[in-house]
Amino acid sequence: MNKKSEKISLIAKWAFLIIVLAGIYLPLIMIILYSFSASREVGGEFGNFTFALYKNLFNDTKLLTATKNTIIIGAASASIATILGTTASVGIHYMRTRAKTAMDAASQITIVNAEIVTAMAFFLLIIVLRDAIKIPVQFGLGWLIVCHTIITTPYVILTVSPRLKQLNPNLLEASMDLGAGPMRSLIKVMLPQLAGAMVASFAMAFTLSLDDFVVTNINSAGSGVDTISTYVYAGIKRNMPTDIRALSTIIFVIVLGGLIVFNIVKNKKAKENLHK
Amino acid sequence: MLKHKAKVFRPTAFAFPYLATTIVFVIVPLILILVYAFRDGDGNFTLQNFAQVFTNPTNLTQLLKTIGIAAVSTLITLLIAYPTAFILASQPFNKMAILALLFIIPMWINFMLRIFALKSLLVTLGMKQGYVMAVIGIVYDFFPYVLLPIYTVLSNMDKSYLEASRDLGANNIGTFFRVTLPLSIPGVISGVSMMFMPVFSSYAITAMMGDAETSVIGAKIASMFTHQNYGDYGPGSALSFVLLVLVLIVMVVSNVLTRKTNKAPAKGGKA
Repeated sequence: MNKKSEKISLIAKWAFLIIVLAGIYLPLIMIILYSFSASREVGGEFGNFTFALYKNLFNDTKLLTATKNTIIIGAASASIATILGTTASVGIHYMRTRAKTAMDAASQITIVNAEIVTAMAFFLLIIVLRDAIKIPVQFGLGWLIVCHTIITTPYVILTVSPRLKQLNPNLLEASMDLGAGPMRSLIKVMLPQLAGAMVASFAMAFTLSLDDFVVTNINSAGSGVDTISTYVYAGIKRNMPTDIRALSTIIFVIVLGGLIVFNIVKNKKAKENLHK
Repeated sequence: MLKHKAKVFRPTAFAFPYLATTIVFVIVPLILILVYAFRDGDGNFTLQNFAQVFTNPTNLTQLLKTIGIAAVSTLITLLIAYPTAFILASQPFNKMAILALLFIIPMWINFMLRIFALKSLLVTLGMKQGYVMAVIGIVYDFFPYVLLPIYTVLSNMDKSYLEASRDLGANNIGTFFRVTLPLSIPGVISGVSMMFMPVFSSYAITAMMGDAETSVIGAKIASMFTHQNYGDYGPGSALSFVLLVLVLIVMVVSNVLTRKTNKAPAKGGKA
């Protein structure tokens, strides 16, 4: 290939990437811009630059409660899922082939299943528990935490299991040969080695929970508990509250900024380690 | 010797809490779907619910519509995501660490907020709500999930295959269709499986961006279970059961495809 056609192909590739990036980010930029406008609709007359929507947001108890619920459900379910999934991974790791295959298959069910089916399976379960078996359970925050824990735990197992396979089994044996009991060895030797994978799986479970709509929508059933997703969804039928623009902007900036900074720092560290 | 030690220490009991929760919250509810699908209001066995699903023309058109929307939007997403992944994995773009991240980041932002943002832009540009807008919304939502597996496969590909192909006289286009594309099929399959079935449940997007006509089957099931009346649980469960069978079919097909494509190049190369 000659130099000229190489240059043209490079320009074409950049052009393609930039068009896709524009498609991804233009909607977000538009919301960020209009979070500083009091305009009723996004895309309407911009008017004066104002922080009015941010002021509204901090007085909007409904939206703030929805945000709080989203964070509570996310943090609680991700914590439980991380513990449940990590202990499960350790257990599965030591199982014989057949039991292992069965457990792996069982943990795949909610991942491959259509989310709407999982959502209504939870719904049927609580109806049967409440009305047929007469266990005093009810729709609400607690039930949503249970549902989110169940759907995120398999992803924790998917993250922790590969790390377990990489561990050096001799370390654990050495610890036991040196007189530590099995429990103590697990906590003192294995757990620290799994810490990284556990943090990664907590982050994953948390974001999956924040992003969930279908399971939350069906299993909040009349309890009045809203998350950001269900609150915005409800806005389709009535008017979309304008301060959602302010909330969106705050979330976009935290996520985009946080991830970019995190990755720049990570890359720098990786490079430094390479030079050592 | 290792075997002997492994026998002494087998903490399989650690998996029991998870096993118990899986049985109670995953397996039992699926059995409940089965029970509700095959019983009538008085608790007797019936096929009436399935008859209702398959004879009701709106259910059937709804299901076909959903398959159509899922197929079209998945295809469009692939047509954008594959070239993007290909460029990002090639020289000199693969040296720019943050660049690929910019395409994946939306994954971490709440999808309802992203869809609301996209809708605001499209409405400003003068677009009407309907099928076209809904498909654009679905493509926008799932794009990073399809891009990521394809990008991962392409950027981990052993570059010596490409050099070998060129050394043996193939040009760029020949190399792409005979080497790169076949080797990247597992990434494409996992990308498609991240999208095709989930679209069935994405009724939030069709409600937000579609018109009265546009909806996916998930909306129908959701409407049958948010009422507090028991009458709809039977037909709703039957419809879910149909979806469950569809999930199984898609899974088996994608497994067979992955196995087939893995066989050929796996010999001698690293997986």
